[in-house]
Amino acid sequence: MAASGIQARFACNVGTFELDVDLNLPGSGLTALFGHSGCGKTTLLRCMAGLQPSDGAMRVNGDEWQNETGSRPVHQRPLAYVFQETSLFPHLSVKRNLMYGYKRIPQSDRQISFDQAVEWLGLSHLLGRMPEKLSGGERQRVAIARALLTSPKLLLMDEPLSALDQASKQDIMPYLEALRDNLAIPMLYVSHSTAEVARLADHIVMMNGGRVVAEGPLQQIMARTNQPFGLEDDAGVILDATLSERDEQWHLCRADFEGGHLWLRADERLMIGQKIRLQVLARDVSLARSEQTDQSIQNLLPAIVDEVALEVSPGTSIVRLLAGKTPFLSRLTSRAVHALAIEPGQHVWLQIKSVALVD
Amino acid sequence: MDIYWEPVWLTLKLAGFTTAILLVVGTPIAWWLARSNHWVRQPIAAIVALPLVLPPTVLGFYLLVLMGPKGMVGRITEQLGLGLLPFTFEGLVIASVIYSLPFTVQPLQNAFASINQQLLEVASTLRASPRDRFFSIVIPLARPGFLTASVLTFAHTIGEFGVVLMIGGNIPGETKVLSVAIYDHVESLEYTQAHWLAAGMVVFSFVVLVTLYSLNGRLQSGLVR
Repeated sequence: MAASGIQARFACNVGTFELDVDLNLPGSGLTALFGHSGCGKTTLLRCMAGLQPSDGAMRVNGDEWQNETGSRPVHQRPLAYVFQETSLFPHLSVKRNLMYGYKRIPQSDRQISFDQAVEWLGLSHLLGRMPEKLSGGERQRVAIARALLTSPKLLLMDEPLSALDQASKQDIMPYLEALRDNLAIPMLYVSHSTAEVARLADHIVMMNGGRVVAEGPLQQIMARTNQPFGLEDDAGVILDATLSERDEQWHLCRADFEGGHLWLRADERLMIGQKIRLQVLARDVSLARSEQTDQSIQNLLPAIVDEVALEVSPGTSIVRLLAGKTPFLSRLTSRAVHALAIEPGQHVWLQIKSVALVD
Repeated sequence: MDIYWEPVWLTLKLAGFTTAILLVVGTPIAWWLARSNHWVRQPIAAIVALPLVLPPTVLGFYLLVLMGPKGMVGRITEQLGLGLLPFTFEGLVIASVIYSLPFTVQPLQNAFASINQQLLEVASTLRASPRDRFFSIVIPLARPGFLTASVLTFAHTIGEFGVVLMIGGNIPGETKVLSVAIYDHVESLEYTQAHWLAAGMVVFSFVVLVTLYSLNGRLQSGLVR
């Protein structure tokens, strides 16, 4: 009975909108709820928090929050919620905002200390300020720290970056990555930004019209040939890789992943041994029947054709390939697929024109 | 001299009691009016606003009838051994509470309605119970509303005349408040005394309003915390 992970089953109506989901999500790491605006991702998050009344059940790592017979009110659920818009209490200083949740949980439940949260989010110089004197990015960092200080069992974030400008987003992203890597608690992250999801998520739930259309580990979902949304131009796989070598002469670095390695342009910030996330778009991958060395593309990988999706749009096909265990997508013209007689099981060479560091 | 100051003291006492009672009674009414979508909300809001439009004599008349020996309230108070309320200080307090109700409820209702609902959701995700949220978020954020409500209620009670005359009469030390005292002096052609009291009222009212406006201005510009 005490299953780990998050079980969430909800049915509710908000006006004419209907939400109907049944999810089993991992009990750790960052899960992105992804979809166009109006797909129900925020409503789902609000149901989980108990902010939106619903029929259903919710269990987090064995702890039951809601079932058919009853539902715990929001303030009795050990969760934290980071809202989209600025949500700091305007009448309290940064320090007293941070203390608001902290002092309301029993001392024995405090797993994150005040000083720790202040340090993690770089707030020590802001403690005495009032919220109106903070920038948008600083406010959101305070909101995240305030949420963490309740030592939650589940961290819910509703598009925490969407109200910020590009510079503030870049400013907060490393903090979110560090939390994802260092916190043992599961995080659910609502977003409609492919870039944010590609960078942060371990697991992804794609939603449309109040229903879940795809769900699974990020790498697997991104490597599907039938993307639920017309992501055709952006279709591409995400790789988790480790930096292993620097080639100072040619300003390149080598990134190793399960099933091969890729060279990418060296970047001042990159260190040997660092874990990085790469994106390889389907439109940047072409195929050859044999290893072609007399051409300009340097990233060549042997792979096996796994699946061919013909005519995803008129004249265009998408091929799914495996280099070792790592999936890749290649977007080709249907004529090329026909001319090369590409079919599952075949050995081919991937010619990867461009690799992007996700950041 | 005592006779001179007695109405002033009585008036301040009446206004103080009325304001204190109304802050306690008016706050939940204002909160409910600001948040509820129930169909009875509009009729209740109208009842609360009635003293604004009714002549004070109408209000005083019905209160007199209700609290009198044949009225519903009068019979209850007599059975409880409290006697009859008209022509007593307690009766005046009750009448003032009803008469000044909109001056407490409306500023509070506006202050509550302007509080961002999301802040209360945030507080609930930070483990605050509904009661806790009210005291830690709503009351501090509605502070300018509480200030306005208190000052308006106090000042409005000081200025009441018609209701007092209807149910309080003119008993020195018990129901003879300032406005009635001024009326008395004028009736007896004691213009000097009337002048002192009337001018005092003008100065007092002016000072109260100036203080209120400047305090509210400072609260809103964030200088007072």
